[in-house]
Amino acid sequence: MDLPPFQTLLDRYSHDVHRFLVANVGHTDADDCYQETWIAALRAYPGLQNAANLRGWLLTIASRKAIDAHRVRGRQAMPMAEPPEPAEPSEAGFTPKEDAAELWAAVGALPAKQRAAVVLRYLLDAEYPTVAATMGISEAAARRNVHEGLKRLREEHGHEWPA
Amino acid sequence: MSGPPDLTEAFERSGLIDVSYVVDDSPVGRLLLAATGEGLVCLHYVNHDQDLERSLEQLAARISPRVVRAPRRLDAPRRELEEFFGGQRRGFDIPLDYALVKPGFTRRVLEQTAQIPFGQTLTYKGVAGMAGNDRAFRAAGTALGSNPLPIVVPCHRVLHASGGLGGYTGGLDIKRKLLAIEGVLPEPLGD
Repeated sequence: MDLPPFQTLLDRYSHDVHRFLVANVGHTDADDCYQETWIAALRAYPGLQNAANLRGWLLTIASRKAIDAHRVRGRQAMPMAEPPEPAEPSEAGFTPKEDAAELWAAVGALPAKQRAAVVLRYLLDAEYPTVAATMGISEAAARRNVHEGLKRLREEHGHEWPA
Repeated sequence: MSGPPDLTEAFERSGLIDVSYVVDDSPVGRLLLAATGEGLVCLHYVNHDQDLERSLEQLAARISPRVVRAPRRLDAPRRELEEFFGGQRRGFDIPLDYALVKPGFTRRVLEQTAQIPFGQTLTYKGVAGMAGNDRAFRAAGTALGSNPLPIVVPCHRVLHASGGLGGYTGGLDIKRKLLAIEGVLPEPLGD
């Protein structure tokens, strides 16, 4: 099977990967994670067996790097001075509002799995099977993480987010 | 709010790039230059985006999918080409990688063509003979038509025995222009 030139992945998905990381680990750590993600991807690329979901593959690597960054930082909440660059208004319902900064700060304070699931679902507009595959968990667990994350945002911060 | 940082340098430092490339404008149109660790592996005319896409896909399929836009490894070929077009250079000193060339007769034809000096020409028959079979002038034409390294492997210096220009991958206008740079043909008239 022929893989596309690696540059194609960079041209297509660099913004998604960066947004995902900013939302997951904050601005300070995002650039390092971003570089580690792409170097790891370049290293592994020739051995990749299936080119059907390259974006998902990249986000899987990025979420591993994000988890590593969290381990280094311990359980402290990620600093979220600014909201991540908004995606195209997503079908999943999130549109950036004035209180976006505060909202993303709240997302940054969620436990790692809930944060990753919420970010994938609402910032990157991923369907549940993709959220599950990217995080290496079941679809049911992906739904649960998103559900728990949204519930917590609602209860602790009063954010109403379309489910 | 800043976008993703540029990783070109990190990629170059990683040593993981198998094929680096750059796209440059030149007096003969837009060129794709690509190099492996061995040397320059292709120099394609890519005036249309589809040409560029096809060339990059070919590199990914035939050499390695680790194809990355990274100009540093192309510094020497770029400089030599610029000097060539500027009239300050008559031959190329950069190492070449024949990975995209079919081994056997095709490769021999291109290696012989690489020896034709600046400002001189050969016939298809002549080049076929130097490659070991002077009756195979049609096959020599096909071999030259598949040249992944035009200009540097100067297939534009191979002409018909009748004095006709023959063919050229990038189009005959480019062949005329290259021959004019070398003084073989008069400068084309402006239109």
